[in-house]
Amino acid sequence: MDTAVDVKPLDRHGMARRLAADIPEGWVVNLGIGIPTLVSDHVPPEREVIFQSENGVIGVGPAPASEDEDLWLINAGKQLVTLRPGGSFVSQSDSFALIRGGHLDLCVLGAFEVAENGDIANWAVSSNEKAPAVGGAMDLAAGAKRLWAIMEHTTKDGRPRLVRRCSYPLTALGVVSRVYTNLAVLDVTPEGFVVREMVPGLTPEALQARTEAKLRFAA
Amino acid sequence: MIDKFVASALEAVADVKDGMTVLIGGFGQVGTPNHLIEALCERGVCDLTVVSNNAGTGTHGLARLMAEGRVRKVICSYPRSRGSVVLEELYREGRIQLEVVPQGTMAERLRAAGAGIPAFWTPTGAGTQLGEGKEVRAFDGRACVLEHALKGDVALIEAWEADRWGNLTYRKSGRNFNPVMAMAAELTIVQAQHRVPLGALDPERIVTPGVFVDRVVHIPYGAPRLW
Repeated sequence: MDTAVDVKPLDRHGMARRLAADIPEGWVVNLGIGIPTLVSDHVPPEREVIFQSENGVIGVGPAPASEDEDLWLINAGKQLVTLRPGGSFVSQSDSFALIRGGHLDLCVLGAFEVAENGDIANWAVSSNEKAPAVGGAMDLAAGAKRLWAIMEHTTKDGRPRLVRRCSYPLTALGVVSRVYTNLAVLDVTPEGFVVREMVPGLTPEALQARTEAKLRFAA
Repeated sequence: MIDKFVASALEAVADVKDGMTVLIGGFGQVGTPNHLIEALCERGVCDLTVVSNNAGTGTHGLARLMAEGRVRKVICSYPRSRGSVVLEELYREGRIQLEVVPQGTMAERLRAAGAGIPAFWTPTGAGTQLGEGKEVRAFDGRACVLEHALKGDVALIEAWEADRWGNLTYRKSGRNFNPVMAMAAELTIVQAQHRVPLGALDPERIVTPGVFVDRVVHIPYGAPRLW
């Protein structure tokens, strides 16, 4: 580890803020549970992005003030949300028609692992897990026009999560096009991971040391 | 005169029998027909296969139905939620079967059942553990798995408004699986917050036409729990 340099990894909101900066106005976006959900907090309301939730909410707005809480209005993470003007409600089957039918510009998912071929593992940590819960992750990963993963670069004990091949059960194959971590932004290309950005002070060697897959660095 | 209203939840579920497949609407606690589920507990049916997005939380509704040993198998997308202790315990002890289905595949399998489509191809799950053992075929170079329609003997639905023909509206995210499940069962039973006169609902606003509905019970219970 590079202890000599003062490297500050992004925190969860920092990662969400960095990803949010890359979402243009007009996109239809689904945010997964966890860090992805924070992304909408960092898209300014005047940049109109349509957030969609699997349970049939199109145009999800921010969390309500306590006096405005409405128990009939939740997102896929079962948190209370609001509906933006222009928003609408659809059934689960129409919601997933939207998701699978190529009408989502972007899905942002958390992940346990992303492989250099774009495979993502984000729903189960082993094949004999108790009561594994997949939710809509496989449909989102298979159906969105773009899939961006947002995750810590390594596990808490320092194990790389950007890998050659996923070891956890797969969510979908070859679908991730970009990864935002607490240390870097990487594209997934036919040649593997290409690093677009790193946090200040981090060297390519230090990033590679925390990554199992071979990294390339954009010019 | 067509009048699908019945006096009580117990009367509404009177024809549910042991061994049936029961579709239960709702996502989290929103749009979940908890009073109909409780009525199933009262009736004492068992050996049920339940299709529902979640597998119950706390000790009420679906969690109670499972805790009483009335459910042989749960087909769902997300069994683990805050407070889903009953399912986790039964599953750990091997006392309940669990089939985990991707959420969109579950919705489409239900839609297919209601629409007379026996099976369909989808890329969801191809190459994953949940695609194992399924027929695979490539379309435009992309692997897809064959998924089969998922039909219910009974559907339990929660609606916002209902008239005596069984025309339904829903409230906000309470719509979720309810409309698709209402179309996918032999017998569709609804608990509705509001009973309105025939003709009172704007036809443009009716989400589930009464042709898909068999029975309605008026249960104005208020707002759902958060979990």
